[in-house]
Amino acid sequence: MAPFRLEARNAPSSLAKWLAPPLAAIAMVACGFVLFAVLGKDPVAALHAFFVAPVATRYGIGELLLKASPLALIATGLAIGYRANVWNIGAEGQLAVGAIAAGGVALALDASGPLVVLPLMFVAGALAGALWAAIPAWLRTRCNANEILTSLMLVYIATLLLSYMVHGPWRDPEGFNFPQSRMFAASALLPVIVEGTRLNAGTLVTLAVVAAAWLFVARTLVGFEMRVAGLAPGAAQYAGVSPAKVVWIGMLCGGACAGVAGVNEIAGPIGQLLPSVSPGYGFAAIIVAFVGRLHPAGIVVASLLMSLLYLGGEAAQVALALPSSITGLFQGTLLLFLLAADVLIHYRVRIGARTAMATP
Amino acid sequence: MTHGNPRLELAGITKRYGDVVANDAIDLAVHAGEIHALLGENGAGKSTLSKIIYGVVRPDAGTLRWEGRAVEIASPGDARRLGIGMVFQHFSLFESLRVVDNIALGEDGPASGAALSASIRGISHAYGLPLDPSRYVHTMSVGERQRVEIVRCLLQSPKLLVMDEPTSVLTPQAVERLFATLRSLAAEGTAILYISHKLAEIRALCDRATILRDGRVTGECDPRAEDQASLARMMIGSDLPHPRHRAAIPGATMLAARALDLPAGDPFGTPLAGVDLDVRAGEIVGIAGISGNGQRELLAALSGERTTRADAVAIDGVGVGHLGIAARRRHGLAYVPEERQGRGAVPELSLADNTLLSASAQGLVRHGIVDRRATRARARDAIAAFRVKAAGPDALAETLSGGNLQKFILAREMQQSPKVLIAAQPTWGVDIGASAEIRQALVDLRDAGAAVLVVSEDLDELFEIADRIAVIARGRLSPAMPVTGTDPEAIGLAMAGEPGARAA
Repeated sequence: MAPFRLEARNAPSSLAKWLAPPLAAIAMVACGFVLFAVLGKDPVAALHAFFVAPVATRYGIGELLLKASPLALIATGLAIGYRANVWNIGAEGQLAVGAIAAGGVALALDASGPLVVLPLMFVAGALAGALWAAIPAWLRTRCNANEILTSLMLVYIATLLLSYMVHGPWRDPEGFNFPQSRMFAASALLPVIVEGTRLNAGTLVTLAVVAAAWLFVARTLVGFEMRVAGLAPGAAQYAGVSPAKVVWIGMLCGGACAGVAGVNEIAGPIGQLLPSVSPGYGFAAIIVAFVGRLHPAGIVVASLLMSLLYLGGEAAQVALALPSSITGLFQGTLLLFLLAADVLIHYRVRIGARTAMATP
Repeated sequence: MTHGNPRLELAGITKRYGDVVANDAIDLAVHAGEIHALLGENGAGKSTLSKIIYGVVRPDAGTLRWEGRAVEIASPGDARRLGIGMVFQHFSLFESLRVVDNIALGEDGPASGAALSASIRGISHAYGLPLDPSRYVHTMSVGERQRVEIVRCLLQSPKLLVMDEPTSVLTPQAVERLFATLRSLAAEGTAILYISHKLAEIRALCDRATILRDGRVTGECDPRAEDQASLARMMIGSDLPHPRHRAAIPGATMLAARALDLPAGDPFGTPLAGVDLDVRAGEIVGIAGISGNGQRELLAALSGERTTRADAVAIDGVGVGHLGIAARRRHGLAYVPEERQGRGAVPELSLADNTLLSASAQGLVRHGIVDRRATRARARDAIAAFRVKAAGPDALAETLSGGNLQKFILAREMQQSPKVLIAAQPTWGVDIGASAEIRQALVDLRDAGAAVLVVSEDLDELFEIADRIAVIARGRLSPAMPVTGTDPEAIGLAMAGEPGARAA
């Protein structure tokens, strides 16, 4: 018989809700301290490599923001759906088709000026991402097919489509047979906004989208209806909110944001189409969305944290010769502590079996 | 009857939930062969006390004595081993299983089907509770389901039977049959603790009554020696409120259903067949019926949560059957649904946000942007109009008690000056004071010229406020009869779907 059990708390305090993430971070540092000590590494040096070294230089901060930007952008779009119980898991694929569409525009038109090409790339990327997300939305509203499965399966189709394009029709004829497109002309590239970094105007696009999303969820009637649909489907029905509309908006927002993130990548640091244009941003953004409590401001913070963990993990691998599995483990502990803190906000642990009988 | 040790004796039982004292030093003794009433309003602490007796909740202080011996009841299993059986207000039956399977699931050991069926038949005959063990629960009426729960208890030969509001779902005739069963059980020496807030029933059935108010015992009496007014005073601390009610002056038909058919919304729902209904301006029409006879489908069809052909439902002469609920609101419909939390209101949102659920088309939104000042003002008005106990427009709906949230929802709907108001179970689970205010508000709305439709299982409520009453049984609706021309007996027969009872 299990001696521990969880008991729901009457009223979780809102202070605890906001204190939980910092507490989880402190627990993770403590845990990392022990972990690195056991591995025979200097824990202080390891933690320094993880959390301080990556952001010690201006270039490092630029890299931090550059990696955080697609995470925040995609997570913001996904969160709109998640708050309404629309589970788009396929952002990685929507990002890829966004990149394909924008890449096609760039390859076809980058002889014209940047004021023509870049806006067209963003429009094409957003539309393509939304279109890719529209497939699971249609299947869900039409055939009641679970969007978790369909959106995930479409990821593989999208990434293979991208792979086909760069192996086939769009392969650079002067690229020594490497599977990649030719480099875009300067007119199809986002300008760098901070000297000495790779940080480009795509980050500004992300900030604008996050601000717009915040306005949408916090201030508009449609945003309110999406929230009601997530919190209480019965109340949404009572209010006359169409469940199909909720699914469509949730999926299209997530798809468009992921598509734009794809544009940011190829018009930013990459500058061409490659067989893979994302190191898994579309999946990591799901975690970012939840760590950020599905709130635009929280998502910005969570994306920075996630980005730091990525950079710190690489830096620690290089500086201390840590195996990549250890950095992955360390990243995992943070999520574990966050989720544990979340559970403990809503439940308390009681020790002792429930069915003890004092007097037979 | 009261000699010797009581079968169950509680002394100084106290239970706190945070700052709320649900039970404050409760003393109670139930003797063998006695039908003992536990009388109190919703929120007086009856349910907490019954859960303590059944081992679901542990008291913070106080002692329980069973036949003179101090005991600690740590789980329902402990309670059953002592000989305590409990029939809850809300049944815990699996609809897709047969009676015998449901009962076998509750048995502590593995039970063989045939033997169990035989003992179910035996018990049900002995106590006049006809029950077929091989029937599927989803085919049974609410009264029959309650029989399953009672028989399940009786199979354990309980020495104490606790019944929590057992009649809230029964027709007057079924109540009589239940009382006969309880009396014969008591005559055999079973102690019965009968939890209720219905004064007339307690006077008809019980030998002793313990009255709870705000978690404390406020009186003990022989209910047969008291009248309803004196019991009510002990229960609520003041006289029973009655709504002012003048004769209706009905005008034009504002809400109509014509040959309304609707398939069941789920496998255990009830399809509607050929429902005809008229509700005129300035009258209240009540719909009586045992739950599960098509009320959910009727409400969905009339409110627009489910759509039908255009001319099946009309508001103020305009066919709206094909329109959704939001569009019907623009034609003057307001709707108070049965579930307050999760349908009529979103528990996690503020009262200000909750005004948007049904009133978003009423100047609270400009160019798609929510006008937060307007929603807060509207919530504040609703709170003031009905004296809702809430911290303010920013209070979350989940922090309100059932009665206060219901008052808020009704206020929100009445703010829209509806031509038609549909209210489902408007006072279900609401304390007597708030119930009286809610009924008065419905009558006032009628007097202001609105057409009001009330769907309720509470016959007393319908006879108090309705001008005409129709009965829904198995998805069919009887013609509405003036209350002055009928009585609860006749309505009760029609509710049970007895042949001949739906004449007229």
